[in-house]
Amino acid sequence: MPDMLRTRKRAGPIAALIVALATLPLALAACGGGTSSDGASSSAKGGGDVEVFTWWAAGSEKLGLDALVGVFKTQHPEYKFVNGAVAGGAGSAAKDLLQSRLQAKDPPDTFQAHAGKELTDYIDAGQIEDISALYDQFKIRDVFPADLLKLLTVDGKIYSVPSDIHRANMVWANPSVLTAAGLDPKAKYDTIEAWFPALDAVKAKGKTALSVATTWTQVNLLETVLISDLGTDGYIGLWDGSTDWKGADVTKALEDFKKLMSYTNKDRDGLDWPEATQMIIDGKAAFNVMGDWAVAAFEEQKQVAGKDFIYFPVPGTDGTFDFLADSFTLPVGAKNPDGAKAWLETVSSLEGQTAFNKAKGSIPARTDANPADFSVYQQTAITSFGKDTIVPSLAHGAASSIAVLNAIADATSKFTTGASDLKTYQSELAAAVAL
Amino acid sequence: MPRQIRQWGPPLLLISPSLIIVGVFVYGLIAINVKTSMTDVHKAAQATGRAPSHFVWFENFATLLGSDAFQHSLKNLLLFTAVFLVGTMVMGFLWAWLLDRPARGEGIFRSVYLFPMAVSFIASGVVWRWLLNSNQGEMASGLNRLFQIVGLGFLQNNWWNNVNVGIAAIALPAIWQLSGYVMALFLAGFRGIPEELREAGRIDGASEWKLYRYVLFPQLSPVALAAVIIIGHMSLKTFDLIMSISKPANYQTKVPAIDMYVFKSSFNYADSAAVGVILLVIVAVLIVPYLVRTARTEKN
Repeated sequence: MPDMLRTRKRAGPIAALIVALATLPLALAACGGGTSSDGASSSAKGGGDVEVFTWWAAGSEKLGLDALVGVFKTQHPEYKFVNGAVAGGAGSAAKDLLQSRLQAKDPPDTFQAHAGKELTDYIDAGQIEDISALYDQFKIRDVFPADLLKLLTVDGKIYSVPSDIHRANMVWANPSVLTAAGLDPKAKYDTIEAWFPALDAVKAKGKTALSVATTWTQVNLLETVLISDLGTDGYIGLWDGSTDWKGADVTKALEDFKKLMSYTNKDRDGLDWPEATQMIIDGKAAFNVMGDWAVAAFEEQKQVAGKDFIYFPVPGTDGTFDFLADSFTLPVGAKNPDGAKAWLETVSSLEGQTAFNKAKGSIPARTDANPADFSVYQQTAITSFGKDTIVPSLAHGAASSIAVLNAIADATSKFTTGASDLKTYQSELAAAVAL
Repeated sequence: MPRQIRQWGPPLLLISPSLIIVGVFVYGLIAINVKTSMTDVHKAAQATGRAPSHFVWFENFATLLGSDAFQHSLKNLLLFTAVFLVGTMVMGFLWAWLLDRPARGEGIFRSVYLFPMAVSFIASGVVWRWLLNSNQGEMASGLNRLFQIVGLGFLQNNWWNNVNVGIAAIALPAIWQLSGYVMALFLAGFRGIPEELREAGRIDGASEWKLYRYVLFPQLSPVALAAVIIIGHMSLKTFDLIMSISKPANYQTKVPAIDMYVFKSSFNYADSAAVGVILLVIVAVLIVPYLVRTARTEKN
């Protein structure tokens, strides 16, 4: 390079371009490198590698996976667990790689997927097997709640085994910020409407009333407002076509959503959920709507439930469990299907679910787990899961296919950045669901 | 005939591996991409052949170019490219011009200006995401906080979160990274001009400005053009920087490359391929006339 700079020769246009291009790769040093794995080398019955594809690569998710692997090793010592975890982008990096691998007919032996409608694409594409028979073989039809099995069943067939349940309609709050704003931390809000005065009070103190992060967390907020304003039947109707997206009640919900967004932090689009939850821990914000994985963020920082932070269902959604679940599948053409089935058996077993969820902070999908094994928050979630109405989460792939979710996210981002008005937003949402 | 083979054979044999590889992996895949863009494969099932797909000619292109969302992406791309190009050209030229004069520590400055280029867009994007935090007032951080500290509080703005011109803020880190590269190009251009020409100009009584205007600038134009082409085509394909500063779903920072990614992750392969074709055409519009022009110049 220095030589090039010193040459006193007239550079022709081609020469200039060649020199320029020759140094270009330096500028393009991007981060890349896909993981390629051969998967199982031996698929002989009763042994070999089992490649388990997840996006559980760090934090409590990693701990959960490790615990589950521990149980797998005890239950099925003949198989070797191969970790196919891909980090990054809350699962988006993993999903992208998975998409290519399935397209190339090189599937892992089993992969993690959100239970519910997000599986539709894989099912329609013929990429995952119907595993209803395993439900009978493992005798697990009765151990999962009927509501959940109904949401997992497509045309009478079940394609995945749920490993854990999360609840998306939770509010996390900092009681000292609330007290400073003259609010009673124990106050109950019956509707979103009733919540506004409290948010106003915090806003008046110059704090962020409601912290939120990038688009998907805004979609998470939107779905809880929809559940609150439309009720569980109205909300479920949005996904089976019996509720009109263009109706006046949806307009009302979107108005509430718009008002809620006016209380949020301005840097939201650059943040992800841990940063928004951190604002509660740091006392910079009063409320945060986030799924119950947030409890792990509080506990990691030695925050005590009830004293340092409080939680309650999003106003107007008490008695509703906005669920999302991780689940495992059996891909068509898996190299070691027996190994994959052994993994699914461990995932569905009581020991597996208990070990995994204790570490991950979620709750078991099985109803026969012993609540005493779990933390205070988890115990309340287990109780709610047992008695509440279960509705599928939009932001986490239980309620809609990926294409619909992406279209809703696009419309939401356009709306919350101020590029579209409420009327346009509503019609774009209606169009998105029709995809 | 054998003589002709002897003349053509060995060179052909030598370049054939790269010809074949480029043929398959570049032009072959472009052809497949164009084909996909003209089908109605909008769902996963169609991609695996479990559901029927049809050839629809230019329907996807018409839908895309007619949609508000994609027009917004194109507008963003145009704005980004304009700011990025002007920024790197001005900064790069300025630095090269300063360094062209015999200055002490030239080597150090040259390295300092070039170093940002060695950082990947992903890594610098993370840092710039903090710097370009859009909080203002009490919550401010990053550059907004810096403005407050130095008493320029009125300069605070919401950076890339501005729905109309936010994408221009993302051009800042891009300019920061590539100005040094443009500087290197211009510096090579300056050094390529024989000292005698300057001396001759001075003897003829040309002022410094006239010397630049009539002697140096004309000789730099091929370099400038090369720089525009390189920065321009990088800018059109920009993706990683936006991904690491913003998020793919954020409306304010959508560009066609991001749309392509989102379509692909929605299993909408046809629209994704169509965006790819549109990008290819845009880049070709920029580069092909340049190649034609240079080919002509070389011939003369």
